Amino acid sequence: MKRIVRIFALVLSLALLTVPAFADSTARTLDEIKESGKLTIGVFSDKKPFGYVDENGEYQGYDVYFARRLAADLGVELELVSVDAPNRVEFLTSAKVDIILANFTVTPERAEVVDFALPYMKVALGVVSPDGALITDVTQLADKTLIVSKGTTAETYFTNNHPEVKLLKFDTYTEAFNALLDGRGDALSTDNTEVLAWALENPGFTVGIETLGSLDSIAPAVQKGNESVLAYINSEIEALASEQFFHADFEATLKDVYGDAVNPDSLVVEGGVITAE
Amino acid sequence: MPDQALSVLLKGRNLERLLGGLGVTLELSAMSIVLSVLLGLVLGLIMTLRSSIIRAICRLWLETIRIVPQLVLLFLVYFGMAKTFDIQMSAETAAVIVFTFWGTGEMGDLVRGALTSIPRHQRESAAALGLTKVQSFRYVLLPQTLRRLIPQSINLATRMIKTTSLVMLIGVVEVLKVTQQIIDANRYDAPQAAVWLYAVVFFLYFIVCWPISLLAGWLEKKWS
Repeated sequence: MKRIVRIFALVLSLALLTVPAFADSTARTLDEIKESGKLTIGVFSDKKPFGYVDENGEYQGYDVYFARRLAADLGVELELVSVDAPNRVEFLTSAKVDIILANFTVTPERAEVVDFALPYMKVALGVVSPDGALITDVTQLADKTLIVSKGTTAETYFTNNHPEVKLLKFDTYTEAFNALLDGRGDALSTDNTEVLAWALENPGFTVGIETLGSLDSIAPAVQKGNESVLAYINSEIEALASEQFFHADFEATLKDVYGDAVNPDSLVVEGGVITAE
Repeated sequence: MPDQALSVLLKGRNLERLLGGLGVTLELSAMSIVLSVLLGLVLGLIMTLRSSIIRAICRLWLETIRIVPQLVLLFLVYFGMAKTFDIQMSAETAAVIVFTFWGTGEMGDLVRGALTSIPRHQRESAAALGLTKVQSFRYVLLPQTLRRLIPQSINLATRMIKTTSLVMLIGVVEVLKVTQQIIDANRYDAPQAAVWLYAVVFFLYFIVCWPISLLAGWLEKKWS
């Protein structure tokens, strides 16, 4: 009896999880948003410098800067909701937010469940190494030890494309960066945004390779099929190119972290057009 | 370094935000605990009935909350209800529903256990003294049941308070999320502050849970 009930409970909960939508929760259209006077956007609240909350309790960051503009141009109030990496898709599919602006990297898997607008940022891999033995080209890494974090794009990229590089893997970013500080490896690779920010805080280390591997684009996302909001975001991104809006965004939010060492054009995308440097 | 953490904590409105987050944690847990205790007392009584249908339903309830992780329940109620039945509710409401559903089930089982653990002669003696069913419940069974319930229900209450930290994953900003926000906003300027800020959170949870344990100890002494 006990076992049967236990199995039944498990089956029931699984069924609830996978149940197909009866009364699909459709996201609001642009007109509905205008009528309500409020645009709801999901952003990170603990990912400086893209989306975070400052000491006064105000949302700040590269994504938030754009979110404010989207609401202002629509002439409505902005409501920001704190989202995390694992639940970003859920917030859209259940129509809890109108737009997700949370450093969302465009991937084919994600594009099946949400609709991505034009990109407003791009990331690639970066390699940081000590000034004394600076690595500026990937060929220099042959037979050297490269530190990576498990499960990152860096790990996949080097395993597949550069088997001649010895990899030293760690579970967390903190462990990986500490290993580089201790000299347990010759260089470290992860998203260029991360290594650039880290190198700035750690004198004696420089990002010798700023862009490596395939360029990933970062774009706003809306619920699948929400065409009016998607069209609005795209037209905004296109129109904002004339005032170089995302360069201004970089100046306002990312420059403090990346400093003068980073060329804004290696991260920022204007008008939704990605140009390889 | 502790001084680094202290300056981070005192910067801007950080301390106020942290206490605000604690307020959210307390509000959610207080509502869920009060509802769970009240509904759990009723459910516990129902659980002692002999009907096999009722027992099967109660069993199912209990097994569901014990097998399915609270996080999955939160996702089911907050996102699942919206997606499947187009029922939109605030994240706070979803949280109270889930924690009450969980707490009521657990509390009901505790009440059932406490009720059935009272020896039969207590009920029979009460009847022999001429007490009605209601009177014997009110004056004989209930006081003994409550006394037996205290240690485990305190355990449940503190567990519920700590589990409320999961609500950050449906977008509620409570004390732990505020801490993570503060740590992240200072991760370049004060990377060493993290562990000390977590120590502050540990202390906050402690000062919330400790008085509850004290109260339990006092009640146990008073009623013994």
